[in-house]
Amino acid sequence: MTRRVLRDLLPVVAVATGFVVAWKLLVVIGGYPTFILPPPEVVASRLVAAWRDGTIEPHVATTLTEILLGFLIGSGLALVTGYALARSRLAERLLSPYLVAAQATPILALAPLIALWFGTGLASKVIICSLIVFFPIAVATMVGVRSVDRQLLEVGRVYRATPLQVLTRLEIPGALPLIFGGIRVGATLAVIGAIIGEWAGGESGLGVLINLARGSLFDTPLLFATLLTIAALGVALYWLILLVEHQLVGERG
Amino acid sequence: MCPEATRSIATKTTQTNRVATPAISAASDALPAGAGQPAAIAVRHCSFGYRDDPPRPALAGVSFEVASGELVAVIGANGTGKSTLLKLIAGLLAPEEGDIAVGGREVRGPDLGVGFVFQEPRLLPWRSSLENVALPLELAGWSRNAREARARDLLRLVGAPDVERLRPHQLSGGTRQRTAIARALALEPAVLLLDEPFSALDALTRERFNVALQSIWRATGTTILLVTHSISEAIFLADRVVVLAGRPGRIVAQVPIRLGRPRTLVDLDASIVSDASAAIRAALEREDLA
Repeated sequence: MTRRVLRDLLPVVAVATGFVVAWKLLVVIGGYPTFILPPPEVVASRLVAAWRDGTIEPHVATTLTEILLGFLIGSGLALVTGYALARSRLAERLLSPYLVAAQATPILALAPLIALWFGTGLASKVIICSLIVFFPIAVATMVGVRSVDRQLLEVGRVYRATPLQVLTRLEIPGALPLIFGGIRVGATLAVIGAIIGEWAGGESGLGVLINLARGSLFDTPLLFATLLTIAALGVALYWLILLVEHQLVGERG
Repeated sequence: MCPEATRSIATKTTQTNRVATPAISAASDALPAGAGQPAAIAVRHCSFGYRDDPPRPALAGVSFEVASGELVAVIGANGTGKSTLLKLIAGLLAPEEGDIAVGGREVRGPDLGVGFVFQEPRLLPWRSSLENVALPLELAGWSRNAREARARDLLRLVGAPDVERLRPHQLSGGTRQRTAIARALALEPAVLLLDEPFSALDALTRERFNVALQSIWRATGTTILLVTHSISEAIFLADRVVVLAGRPGRIVAQVPIRLGRPRTLVDLDASIVSDASAAIRAALEREDLA
């Protein structure tokens, strides 16, 4: 167990170390001032200070709330829509063009409009997160449900499974690996959605803190510390999804 | 086979020392099911075709009966409608002409009294063996404890008691098929349909499985209709062999098998194939026992 953890973690730690070393070398060799490219140790100490003095914490709480709500609502709607698309040719014909059009429209362009309509509070961020999360999970659900082995569905018929039993015992478990592929993508996009929403207008959140650090505070190390926090948030969410996926999907051979 | 499991599962009369008549009956004969009781399976003038482009006729005017507790094999070349016939009896397909009855009731769709073992095990890859065997019981609303106890008994019956926590990809091909048979027996079906269940196994494993299947049949008394490509398998297992031929498939002969019960591989060898083959098989059997 310990050996397996070490084997999995070692490459990650090695790459991170290499990245920090390269970053430091770039600063030293390039002679960049701190306001352009702060060295890693300055960013690290600013990160620790920002957490200690409570600068980052409320922003993290805001962004995390937006991400979780947006992700839950977006993925919930996507699962239902994806299933409908998989099971109804009519639904697919009706909805597909609009879904693709919505996905092709840049969320960056939509965000100011959504902020205008729904205000700069929580609602607009949750809507932006939900929108950005929706498409990959809906498509993954559609593909996943369609890919469930027809032979297994025939087993359900032999045992006279009800439509609800087919859904819960065969289709959902059978589609889970592909659905989780979409959920992984969606989770990382939810972080991007929250930051875009905060850029479009807001009082709190890591996107707002980036704007503050870059603009009025002119605190580049804080900007980097915020970026690192956002990245850590994304990675943590991704790992959480992997953990849930491992529990629900497990080894299937 | 675990004798304990056999005792706990066996609910019906076992068959011993059955001796059939030697004659090959005419293709149109539907051998009687036994006086006073409806046939376990009755197929009457059944035709079916797949509506592909171009249409594929699969069966034409097929009639035969299987008596309760009988083990009948259906044999024929590829494309003669063997699997289609089983799906019709299982209610997964509906005949275009004719009718089918199981236990005297006309088949109008899948029936819990009919178990089906497909050519592939078709186990749910996200479930353990125990959970796979328990699936029909779960769908039928059994409590968790009851269905797990029943599934354990069935895994013992089919000779796979040690795999209950393993998932299908962790099992050998043979154990997967044993698990599929256990699942098919879960609801104590009166009729068990087997669609070339051992076709993916090597010859030696297949022989052992035939012996195991005979034991299961004797323990449960279930009526079995077995589709196979193998003449020796059909002869070893069946009371009667129904021969399908042509496209669309028609019954061209029904051959009663004159072998007592229980049968062993040595019996089969002694009756049908060469002495040398019998000696090799006997040696293999001795090796197995050793």
